[in-house]
Amino acid sequence: MWKFIHKLASPPHFYGLAASMIPWFVVPGLFLVAYGAYAGLFVAPMDYQQGDAFRIIYVHVPSAYLSMMTYMIMATSAGIGLIWRIKLAHAVAAAAAPIGAWFTFLALATGSIWGKPMWGTWWEWGDPRLTSELIMLFLYFGYMALRGAIDDTAKADKSSAVLALVGAVNVPIIHFSVEWWSSLHQGPTLVRKGGPAMDTAMLYPLLAMILGFTFLFGALLLRRVRAEVLYRERRTRWVREMILSKGT
Amino acid sequence: MTGDAPAMLAGMLGVIRRDLLLAWKRPGDILNPLFFFVMVAALFPLAVGPSPEQLEFSGPAVLWVAALLAMLLSLNSLFLSDFEDGSLDQMLVSPVPLPALALGKSIMHWLTSGLPLVLISPVVAITFRMPASVTGFLMITLLLGTISLSLLGSIGAALTVGLHRGTALLSLLILPLAMPVLIFGARTVSLVAAGDGVAGGLYFLGAYAVLVLSFAPFATAAALRISNE
Repeated sequence: MWKFIHKLASPPHFYGLAASMIPWFVVPGLFLVAYGAYAGLFVAPMDYQQGDAFRIIYVHVPSAYLSMMTYMIMATSAGIGLIWRIKLAHAVAAAAAPIGAWFTFLALATGSIWGKPMWGTWWEWGDPRLTSELIMLFLYFGYMALRGAIDDTAKADKSSAVLALVGAVNVPIIHFSVEWWSSLHQGPTLVRKGGPAMDTAMLYPLLAMILGFTFLFGALLLRRVRAEVLYRERRTRWVREMILSKGT
Repeated sequence: MTGDAPAMLAGMLGVIRRDLLLAWKRPGDILNPLFFFVMVAALFPLAVGPSPEQLEFSGPAVLWVAALLAMLLSLNSLFLSDFEDGSLDQMLVSPVPLPALALGKSIMHWLTSGLPLVLISPVVAITFRMPASVTGFLMITLLLGTISLSLLGSIGAALTVGLHRGTALLSLLILPLAMPVLIFGARTVSLVAAGDGVAGGLYFLGAYAVLVLSFAPFATAAALRISNE
């Protein structure tokens, strides 16, 4: 078991493995997003209250879910890197942060565009989930800023790992405190007792989009981790040999 | 004998006593954040205008934001002089567990910046026409909130010690984490002013302080070790 993990976590092995795994994420991801986008934009019926504006959820919900998910992935890999001293885990955390920040930004932007026709305003401080997404974005910024401020990679890895873990403890508390603060956002429709409160013609494209976004996120993460590994190992023999053998 | 309770306590008290003495010799370290707090609080009426209703309405929020910023201001120097004169290295190699010493530093920070803020806040609150009953709650929320801020802030200070441009970075790291404290602190005082129940907010602030107390010293110690490798 440990042997397997150590082999998996060795940079040259992972570098090759990730390259062969990426298509397995890209192909289903593209199919699911293509189906979800088509069915969501053209097939799904109009919402009787929100009209066509509701269709933005096909981007908004997957982005919002991935913004939280990425933070958890980042904090978990940072913790693994800190505890078991696995360098690859640190590379995953470092590669995940900008993706998470972008998904958070996307969730905020789509939420704001949806808010304009629905609430009549681009930004609504009274909405707890919008506000906690904003704080989430700040957490990502803090993490990336700390990384950027430390020149030594090993030190940056460990310092930012401590920050990510402290942040992970705080994320549920921030979420809860903002919830308490005030509520205007519509209640959860997807995850609730008695099944989703949504027509299947609207629901299936959304599920496809969530799954498709997740696959594409996986592909993006693998690609970024590969780049990160290559950069970190730039002075090692296997990288030099690989580059020389490829001729360019 | 390393790591037994009396030695840990002695080490912690030693850190607190030494830093209090240092602060006593250089009162500017305590007074500057206090002046900053008063000045930031004074900026708002100047910007908003002297209308009594508005001041009364915005008082809790302004005082809480000013207190949060003042706490941040003093955090930057928490480990700086120890880092520069080598005391920090001594703490790292000391037989006393590092989390105990880190807790001592956090307590010291609270005593020299949190507690003075709590004590001076009624004076500033009067200028915002805050009634005495509400001011009492302001002091309680600040008391509970600044404990969490000192402990959380110690983690940030430990992570950024020895880095250039540490001050702005420290704010960027700590402010998002400090949001729950600000939300519950300021909102609880506003609710009191509006005549609503406040037990929930106070319980939260207390619970959060206990939670942070339980993990922050360990995180601070880990961060100090990493920063000094």
